[in-house]
Amino acid sequence: MAVAAEVRIEQVAREDLVMFVNACFSCTGQREFYGDARGQSVSIEFLHQYILGNYRRLYRRTLAAGINHFNQAQIILNLLAVGSPADPVERQEEGALIAAALRGLPTQRAFRVLESLRSRHINNRRARAIAREYLAGRPSLPFDAVKYRAKLRAAVVHGHLKLDGELGPFLFRGWKKRVYTQPLLETFRKAHFAQEALYELPYTVAEGLAQKHGVPRDVFLQRIEPRLTQAERLRLQESSAREGAVEPRVDLSRAPLTKLALYVLSMKDEVRKARRDELHTALEGASARVLARAPATLGRVAAVLDNSYSSSGSLQKRRRPLGVALASHYLLSASAREYRAFWTCPVEEPLLVTARGQTDLATPLLDALAWGAELVVIVSDGYDNDPPKAVAELTRVFRERLDPGRRTALVHVNPVFDAEEYSPRSFGGAVATVGVRDAEDVPTVLGFARFAEGTASLAELERYLSARVASWLERDARRSTGSEASVAPGAPAGGEEGEA
Amino acid sequence: MTDTRLIQRLEPKGLRLAPSQVFGRIRLVPVLRDEVKGDLRFARRDYSDAPLSVVALEGAPTSRGLKYVSYIPHGMVVSWGNRQAEAVYGTRLQAPEGKKVKVGPFSVRLLHRMVHREDRNQLRMLPLHLAMEGFLALHFGGPDIAWAEYSREALSHGLSPRVEGVVPGWASSALDGALRTFEVHEQQVGLLLFNADELLSAFIVAHPDDYRLLHRTLLEDFYGDLLLQYGYLLEAPELGLSLDAKRVSSMEDLRTEVARMRADWAAFHGFMAGGLFGVEVTSRKVYEAGPFLLQHFHTSLVPSEENHLGEAIIGPDGTLEYLKTYRLSSAQTRRAYLLQRLAASSWNLEDTAEELGSTKQELLLRLHNAGFGYLLKEHVLEEARRSKARGS
Repeated sequence: MAVAAEVRIEQVAREDLVMFVNACFSCTGQREFYGDARGQSVSIEFLHQYILGNYRRLYRRTLAAGINHFNQAQIILNLLAVGSPADPVERQEEGALIAAALRGLPTQRAFRVLESLRSRHINNRRARAIAREYLAGRPSLPFDAVKYRAKLRAAVVHGHLKLDGELGPFLFRGWKKRVYTQPLLETFRKAHFAQEALYELPYTVAEGLAQKHGVPRDVFLQRIEPRLTQAERLRLQESSAREGAVEPRVDLSRAPLTKLALYVLSMKDEVRKARRDELHTALEGASARVLARAPATLGRVAAVLDNSYSSSGSLQKRRRPLGVALASHYLLSASAREYRAFWTCPVEEPLLVTARGQTDLATPLLDALAWGAELVVIVSDGYDNDPPKAVAELTRVFRERLDPGRRTALVHVNPVFDAEEYSPRSFGGAVATVGVRDAEDVPTVLGFARFAEGTASLAELERYLSARVASWLERDARRSTGSEASVAPGAPAGGEEGEA
Repeated sequence: MTDTRLIQRLEPKGLRLAPSQVFGRIRLVPVLRDEVKGDLRFARRDYSDAPLSVVALEGAPTSRGLKYVSYIPHGMVVSWGNRQAEAVYGTRLQAPEGKKVKVGPFSVRLLHRMVHREDRNQLRMLPLHLAMEGFLALHFGGPDIAWAEYSREALSHGLSPRVEGVVPGWASSALDGALRTFEVHEQQVGLLLFNADELLSAFIVAHPDDYRLLHRTLLEDFYGDLLLQYGYLLEAPELGLSLDAKRVSSMEDLRTEVARMRADWAAFHGFMAGGLFGVEVTSRKVYEAGPFLLQHFHTSLVPSEENHLGEAIIGPDGTLEYLKTYRLSSAQTRRAYLLQRLAASSWNLEDTAEELGSTKQELLLRLHNAGFGYLLKEHVLEEARRSKARGS
């Protein structure tokens, strides 16, 4: 009796954790095609509180599982809000994880976390120490003081921190009152009075000041161009063309894979056709870079990719499911020995794909299985409607009758979080469903898929997470010692790439 | 001579149903057409700038005569035969139509006829209003024999004014969500709309491209009261069809089984729409547009059954090229049924009551409750009420 209860407890724990990690891969609290933003945020918040209350150790270790930035930030905040654990070993691990996660976040998101400490009234010794440590590790605080002025100010005030040099007066005594020796601060001061100084500032700061000086938008965009970050360049392509300015030059060979895919999808058909070779090479290059970081060698792989109308996403996540599908297509074709793609609405050229038509996953899935794939990756939001539930039935019968030995692995990669199920929508029990935000995570989630399938035990999941924690902390330690040596203070950190 | 194109029984010839897509309690069933001829095209014409439209059914728009008054958000332009595909640069492709007059703070659009020929191969019609007008005009003339019970107005003006209430699509947020998230098929030419699995409306056009453009206009169209009924039902039940594992021993079998699943879905939706397709309808010719026949129709109007009215265009070979229907609410059906019974017995109240198995007094009250009290003399009604109160 007791044994059965224990088995059940373990099973529940495993299911809860898999659900949570899956949710953390995909959910960002933003609106989706089928679900509104409110439902999404309520659902994910509940999930965080539930896991934190019941499985604290695993909750913090999820930070290292490769989850998306939004959920990393949520976990950091929730952990800081409940205070540090009593056990010194646990305390040490948690502190290290939080600090490493904060350092790993894109700058604007990390500062947003520090700012949220204030709005959520979290102020304990550990939270202050974390903020202090984070600011101490920043390569160039004057740059942050200019670009993230309000956020840095909030963090410093809330954490009772001391800033040395001119930063204190700059942030707190009114920046107008004196002349600075620190060049960036001085430029910021000057830019309020002289147009020329504008173009030395980060783009986001200069934008407002340009408005104040009445600089025409096209002139401003042209002159600020050297100061643009990679993400800003991609973002400004269309709007600068609309304003009549020259589009900022994008180095496509540096753009991350999913962002690049989304950028391609935002173009018109004719543009995509005209620049086909260039875009194709860039996407291939991006996926090669992802694989260089996280090598994955796969055998005979078939991808069933959903390009139905629902993959157009929402206003907040425009075409993200389709972008993830396109990026996965390139990633999988680069990592597999043999590869074929099957789209729900067949396309001749993957680059020209659009979100259109119904979700008929059964036909491409049948084709993929008939082709004899070893691994079938389905990239879809989980709503198949032609006919409904066909994939669930199809895979069930396939496993039962044609492939009881599990020669073919089936993985469903879902970029959309379903608020009502607290997890990405699944295709029944025969297919492992894993959440994903960027296609770059696909190698990671393929590793995670065996837990989603339910074949691995809780102990294995714990081992998996602790191994990831160890390697993650090690990598973080290497990076932070490395960066201290290489980045000279004063030089602004380059590519600030966050999530859209 | 009867035209073979006049509908006796609505047959979805050349059309096929695809599995439904559900959003909350709304179930949308796509209608696909395999063979598209492309000789009949539909386009939307926007009228939403005027909050009220007055359609002259006889005579010029500004003269006296019978009028149909309603909010009409859009009209439909039907063109057939060879279309002139090119236009000179700068041509206004949509000329403003009808006349707009200011009435206080509002503007009212005056339109000429429900169906108006604009060009040799072009017709402008007011979708669904055409069918509704046909329904309102049923027995519109009123009593043709001056029985003593009828009021003077009823004898001289008939049923005028005849009023029916409807519900606009945007009154239901569920319908908005359902239409927004609906994934239009490549060959889709139409849609069956169910609320809580009650068929509300069917909309079919001739060409998939036209349907794609007209999809969102379904939100502006009007529906019966049933659109708002069952509001507490949050979700239409999921219909799960399963594959039979016993019949599968190879990939080919699996493929066959999935095809069978698809066919089962189509058959089941056909069954769900059985109140409209395959039942006997009474139709009347409205307009002959080249080889196509525009007509409106209604089903039996028996209160115990589900009743639809609608308009359709039938091609020369009997294919259903256009269809738009409206599900009557039960009160509307009752009204139409009473009128039908009355007209069948030449508006004689005793005869009608006998046929309905009740008494004249009961029939009088029934007419009053249905909203036709204005047809009867006040003292006749009063007497009926008194006799009811006495319990005799």
